[in-house]
Amino acid sequence: MRVAALLLALLAVPAPVAAGEEVVAGLSRSAISITANFDGSDLIVYGAVKRDAPAPSDSRLEVIVTVEGPSTPITVRRKSRAFGIWVNTASVEVDRAPSFYAVATTGPLDQILSQTEDLRRKISVPQMIRSVGAPQDIADSPAFTEALIRVREANGLYSLHEGTVNLAEDTLFRTDVDLPANLVEGDYRTRFILLRDRHVVAMTETAIYVRKVGLERWLYDLAQRQPAAYGVLALAIAALAGWAASTAFRLLRNG
Amino acid sequence: MQIYLPIAEVSVNAFMLFGIGGLVGVLSGLFGVGGGFLITPLLFFIGIPPTVAVATGANQVVASSVSGVLAHLKRRTVDMRMGVVLLVGGLIGSALGIWAFNLLSRLGQIDLAVQLSYVVFLGLIGLLMFQESLRAIARARKAGPHPSVKRHQHLWVHRLPFKMKFRASGLYISVIPPVLVGIAVGVLAAIMGVGGGFIMVPAMIYLLGMPTKVVIGTSLFQIIFVTGFTTFMHAWTNRSVDLMLALLLILGGVVGAQVGTRFGARLKAEQLRILLALLVLGVALKLGVDLLIEPRELYSISAAGRP
Repeated sequence: MRVAALLLALLAVPAPVAAGEEVVAGLSRSAISITANFDGSDLIVYGAVKRDAPAPSDSRLEVIVTVEGPSTPITVRRKSRAFGIWVNTASVEVDRAPSFYAVATTGPLDQILSQTEDLRRKISVPQMIRSVGAPQDIADSPAFTEALIRVREANGLYSLHEGTVNLAEDTLFRTDVDLPANLVEGDYRTRFILLRDRHVVAMTETAIYVRKVGLERWLYDLAQRQPAAYGVLALAIAALAGWAASTAFRLLRNG
Repeated sequence: MQIYLPIAEVSVNAFMLFGIGGLVGVLSGLFGVGGGFLITPLLFFIGIPPTVAVATGANQVVASSVSGVLAHLKRRTVDMRMGVVLLVGGLIGSALGIWAFNLLSRLGQIDLAVQLSYVVFLGLIGLLMFQESLRAIARARKAGPHPSVKRHQHLWVHRLPFKMKFRASGLYISVIPPVLVGIAVGVLAAIMGVGGGFIMVPAMIYLLGMPTKVVIGTSLFQIIFVTGFTTFMHAWTNRSVDLMLALLLILGGVVGAQVGTRFGARLKAEQLRILLALLVLGVALKLGVDLLIEPRELYSISAAGRP
């Protein structure tokens, strides 16, 4: 309330263009563990706006929060009919595409963010993906990037949630980001962006560490780093299970 | 209960996996089939990446074959010598299959290759089984004398060089046909994640002329080592064996096989065989139709360098 009162008192004073606003951000958790029964996670993203001068009154403050998973090179393939069946016939390699990308905003994205700012900061989903290079030999490469976005949106990996950031008193904001069960491990870059008049006035970022833990971690590491040992382990378990089954069955029948 | 599979990197229902393992276990208990040819396509249907499904399917076959072969070793119904000859071919075939698998992966055609092989082989086997069980039912109705099976026919197979004595089978034949059979089965194991018993058993009876009593034990002996080698090679070159997935399938399979064996003793085999034939045909049809109709999404995404 005091902030509001302060605001009212200063209404008459013309506000400076750059109000010297800063974001102070927080996450409900800085690390997410993928355990054996992991089936997605809810992440609460919150923060506050720090000012050394009163907030400008002639423009609305807007907030965008983005969460971006680790980027990996991927191949997008297209099927077409050949010999009566559907076969992969064309492919585009995308150098870098985030495995996960969620955007949450205080309002409709096109109304709070200008095209040029989006182009520069790569905020919206299409900008984030288009920022990667596509090869020149395929004429309709935009179709592949659109397909990439479409498929990942359908899987809940890319998403835009307009109006889901709650901004209180132009100072405190908070939103929930749903992290799906099919999460890839790595560092998830989280950006907090403040906007006025469709321009970015402040931005800060932090990271969430998503890691497999326990048995999942151990199995994954073994499979990647010592594939031969992992293969032997897989065989040993299978042989043991087969032997145990036949022994148990024999005892059951005889006993 | 959802469970996160560390290699497949998807989260699936643990009871569903247990159920798939169990269902296939029941079938293997009932009919004495390995079940790899059903597990792998069922894993496709629930969204496990085909490479992981094939590699993990092979691992599951190892477990079910080990439990089967122990009983046969005790009864001395394994022709070790023939098993080793088949195995030599199997290892060559599996290595070839793994090489082809990795090549097709790089070309982005592995899903298609795996699906096509399933459509062809499941369709063929389903039809043969269907026909065979119809004939069996007709035979049971007539209740005539059992037709005598002719053995020791002198086929072209017997004129080949490199002859070898197989005492347990009572055969003196060239090693070339069994090695070729082994190679064919090894290729199938690597590309489809199956044991290949459904190809090897008829080939051993009709092509090599082995006596029926040693056929199952010997084929299981060969399958253990070929699927074992295949599992290892997939784990080594593709890192695509998911132990968590394999464990759930094996557990389900073990329980299911016990149930299946008990039921099998009580139920009529011919009618059940028709059901199995229809199930196999159904899976082949579903996979085939998926290839024929236009997919809802023409584009697919995969990690670069991986299928």
